[in-house]
Amino acid sequence: MNRVLESVAQLFGRAPHKPEKHEIPIPVQVMYEEKKKTKVDQAYLEKLHEEHRGNHKWRNRRWVTLLVVNLLFVVSYQFDVQLVEGALTASRALGFHMADLNSALQVMLAFKHVVLNLVIGTLTVFVLWFLLGGRTFCSWVCPYHLIAEWAEGIHLWLRDKGVALDVTFHRGTRTLFWVMFALLAYATGYTVFEFISPTGILSRALIYGPTLALLWVGMLLLFEIFVSRRAWCRYICPIGLTYGLVGVLSPFRVSYSPKDCAHEGDCRKACLVPHVLDVTIKGRATDMRLPIGADCTRCGLCVDICPTDSLKYEFVGLHQAHPAPEPPPRAESA
Amino acid sequence: MSDDTPAPKPKKPVLGEKKRLEARRKFLRSVALAGGGVTAALLGFVPVLAAWEPRLRPPGALAENKFLASCIKCGQCVQVCPVEAIKLADLLDGFGLGTPYIAARDQACDFSCDGLQCVLACPTGALTHEIAYPHQVRIGFAEVARPDKCLAMQGKGFRGRIRDEAFRGKFRYNEIDRWNPLPVRSQEFDLPLCDLCVRHCPIEIRMAQCAAGKPPAGDKNQCPPKRAIGLEPMASAPDPTARQPVVFDGCVGCGACEMVCPTEPPAIVVDMTKNADTRRSS
Repeated sequence: MNRVLESVAQLFGRAPHKPEKHEIPIPVQVMYEEKKKTKVDQAYLEKLHEEHRGNHKWRNRRWVTLLVVNLLFVVSYQFDVQLVEGALTASRALGFHMADLNSALQVMLAFKHVVLNLVIGTLTVFVLWFLLGGRTFCSWVCPYHLIAEWAEGIHLWLRDKGVALDVTFHRGTRTLFWVMFALLAYATGYTVFEFISPTGILSRALIYGPTLALLWVGMLLLFEIFVSRRAWCRYICPIGLTYGLVGVLSPFRVSYSPKDCAHEGDCRKACLVPHVLDVTIKGRATDMRLPIGADCTRCGLCVDICPTDSLKYEFVGLHQAHPAPEPPPRAESA
Repeated sequence: MSDDTPAPKPKKPVLGEKKRLEARRKFLRSVALAGGGVTAALLGFVPVLAAWEPRLRPPGALAENKFLASCIKCGQCVQVCPVEAIKLADLLDGFGLGTPYIAARDQACDFSCDGLQCVLACPTGALTHEIAYPHQVRIGFAEVARPDKCLAMQGKGFRGRIRDEAFRGKFRYNEIDRWNPLPVRSQEFDLPLCDLCVRHCPIEIRMAQCAAGKPPAGDKNQCPPKRAIGLEPMASAPDPTARQPVVFDGCVGCGACEMVCPTEPPAIVVDMTKNADTRRSS
C-alpha cells in the first residue's frame, strides 16, 4: 500500500496496516530471516540499554524549546520588547504575521471572509510547519502538550498502582471532532472549538494572566490522569489533525531502520501515538529505511529510548538518519 | 507470482465474542466522548443566547455576531494599547472567551496612540481596517444615565483628585506629557463648575487642538468633524450656574467621560447598544 496513503489513513484513525508477506521486499524478508537465525546477544543488548538509560537528550531540548517559545510571548508583552506579539492562536514575530492553522481555519469558516493579514499569517505558518514536520508543533510548541506530558507521568504511576483506569477510545474520534467543529464553525458563525481549546486557553493565561477557563484545562488533565492516557491529544484535538495533515510530506521526520532493531517495543511504550511505531514490530517493516507516519509529533521520546539507534531524526535532503541499505546479498533470479 | 503463495485465508477472521464486545464498547465510548466534547464546546452558546454581560468592544469592532466569528483571540490589540484599556473575556462570556473588551469605568480608550494601534494589530479584521482615525470609531454612545448625580447639573464644582485611591485609570494629558499617559489620580483639579467629562473627551481635545492649528501628530485628517460633548444651559434649573452635559453626534463611545466622572456610580456612561450612526438613523 502506498506509504503516504497509509500515513494519512492512520492520521484519520485507521489501525496500522499489517503487511502481507508479499508486500515485504525480499531484502527485508532476508533481514528478518537472518534475525530469526541469529540468537540475540542478551549481554550486548543489556549493555546498550545501560548506555541509553537516562538518555533524555531530545526530550530536554524539546522542553527547553517549548518553554522558550512560550516565554518569548510572555517576555515580549511584559517587557514590551515586541519579539512575538500576540498568543499562539495568532501573533506577529518580528513583524511577520503568524496564524495558528486551526484557529485560522475556524475563523475563516465562521466569518466566511478572509483578510489579507490572515492569509499571510496562515501561509507563513503552513510553510514553517511543513518544513518542520507538521505535528512538531504539538510536542515542541503547544503548552498543553508539556503539561499533559507531566500529567501522563502521574497517570502511568497511578495506573501501575491500580488507582487510575486505562480507557482507550477509537482514534477516529479525533477526525469526527475535526469535522464536527468545522461544520459547527461554518453553521453557527462561532469559533466553537476555541471555547474548549486548551492550547489557546493556556497560551493566553500565560501571557495575559490566569482565567477561570483554566478550570477546564484542569478537568481535562484530571480525566487524563485518572481515566484515559493523553486523551485530549490522542482522541480529541483537531489542532493535532490539522498539523498532522500539514506534515504528511514534510522533510523532517523520524526514520526507522529495522536492521539493528531488537523489537522490544520500548519506543511504543513511550510514544504518544504508538500506532505510528507499529512498523517496529517484527515483520511489519516494508523497507530497510522507513519514515514514521504523519501522526508522529517528532517528540523524540523514541529516539531517546531506542537502545540500537534504529529510530533517528532525519531531514530529507540535509541529513540522512540511516546509511543507505546495502544491495541485497543475493541477486534474485527470475 | 510464484507458486508457493499460501492458500487464501479469510481476509478478516471473525472476531471472538469477547473481542467483538470490546470493539462495540470502544465504539460506544468513543461516541460518548465525541458527544461530551462537542457538548462542552456548545456550552459557549449559553451566555451568548442569554446575552450575558454585553461589553464594549475595542475601536473598529464589527457588529457583535461578526466580531465573535472573526476574532482569533490572540490579544494583539491588548498588547499595543498604551493605556491598557483592552482586556480579554473569560469562560463565562461564552464564545467571548479570549475576546477583547473595554471596561470603560476602569480604563477607557483615550486614543493616546492616535493611530488606532489595536485596529492595526488585528490579524483577522475583527477590528475593521476600514477606519483610521478616532472620530471614525463607533464603540457606543455616551449618555447621562443618572442626571441626579451629575455635579454640573446641580451647579456644583469639583475640587481634588478624581475617584478613590483604588482607581488606576490613565489618561494622556497632552499639555503635561505628550508621549506617556499619566494616572488620572496624579492630577488635581479645582473647578468652579465640574466639566471633567468635557475636558477629558478625546474628541473635544482634538477639536481644540485642530482649532489651535495643532492637529494631533500634525495630521489634519485627525481632526474630528463634529463635537462630541459640551455643557449646555438648562431650561429649568434651580441654580442659574447649573449646566447639563449634552452628548453630540461626534461621540464615539470611548468612555473617557465615564472613567473620569467623579460621582459613584458615574452620572455619565457609555450605552453599548447605540452609536452615533444608529442614533441618528433612529
